[in-house]
Amino acid sequence: MRRLVAPIPIAVLCAVVALLALLAYGLAEGDPDRDVEQALASGEREPAPEFELPRLSGEGVASLADYRGQVVVLNFWASWCVPCRDESPLLQRWHRRLRKQDATVLGVDALDVTDDARGFVADYGLTYPMLRDGGGELREPFGMTGFPETFVIDRQGRIAAVRRGPVDERFMRQQVVPLLRERT
Amino acid sequence: MRRLGALLIAVAALALPAAATAQDCPKTSIGDIEDEVMCPVCGTPLGLATDAPQAQQERAYIERLIASCRSKDEVKQALVAQFGEGVLALPGDQGGDDDLGDVLVYVVPAVAIVLALGGIALALLRWRDRRPRGEQPAAAPADAGRLDADMERYDL
Repeated sequence: MRRLVAPIPIAVLCAVVALLALLAYGLAEGDPDRDVEQALASGEREPAPEFELPRLSGEGVASLADYRGQVVVLNFWASWCVPCRDESPLLQRWHRRLRKQDATVLGVDALDVTDDARGFVADYGLTYPMLRDGGGELREPFGMTGFPETFVIDRQGRIAAVRRGPVDERFMRQQVVPLLRERT
Repeated sequence: MRRLGALLIAVAALALPAAATAQDCPKTSIGDIEDEVMCPVCGTPLGLATDAPQAQQERAYIERLIASCRSKDEVKQALVAQFGEGVLALPGDQGGDDDLGDVLVYVVPAVAIVLALGGIALALLRWRDRRPRGEQPAAAPADAGRLDADMERYDL
């Protein structure tokens, strides 16, 4: 009994418990937020997190609310991201189609060097609106884990589909086209 | 001859400011900076993020800044302008008003180390106190004789 109440074993025990608590906290913090996927799996659409960001061109700011009433293909990318290079021509093609139907691709360049990002836009001839999230502040509210990630937002500002990774023709046809027929 | 002299003076006039600029260029290196800034995507200091594409881009950006004569502080400011305050790895570097937090980051580990060393010292003292003290009891005369005989037998 004396051994149990001795100060050193108690201190060691406290230290071990504290370390385990710290480890558990770290693991819990590292877990990505998957609320969007859970809502979509149960047939619901969650409102997209609101944001306002500077334009990549440096001219003014824009917010997601500016695009309310449109179908928005919100694409998070960076110039250093290799899969982003593969999907950019596809997104540009789709933007040209979507423009005519009250819809748009909206690019968000995150955690990137501005000049490199502008070079990327010029190299791929991207004409869809581009915003800049230098510090990657939107990663948490959107539960992002990597690049690229794309969120399809309906005309009421709700997330209707998610792609964690590069989009392809199939995703765009299956997830975006049906939304174009929906009216607010 | 006069023309040659004028030409030499003109070349010297062009070369001197360039040499002066090179001398004024603050001396810093990628190795000096990369342990003090983060690779924001990797979540580690840049020095530990070797192959990540974002780390490679960040290093290239830093090297461009160094090549354009930016000092260490100027490089850090440029990185903050690109990636926000989170790119700074050292707590004191971040310009927020969390001064207490910045101090605690250094004080808490120091206190923990002192407490740990104190605990080890205390444990050693207690362990030493528990050892039996005093001289060992002498062996019985018969046992001592047998021991001596054994020692002589095995003495090589």
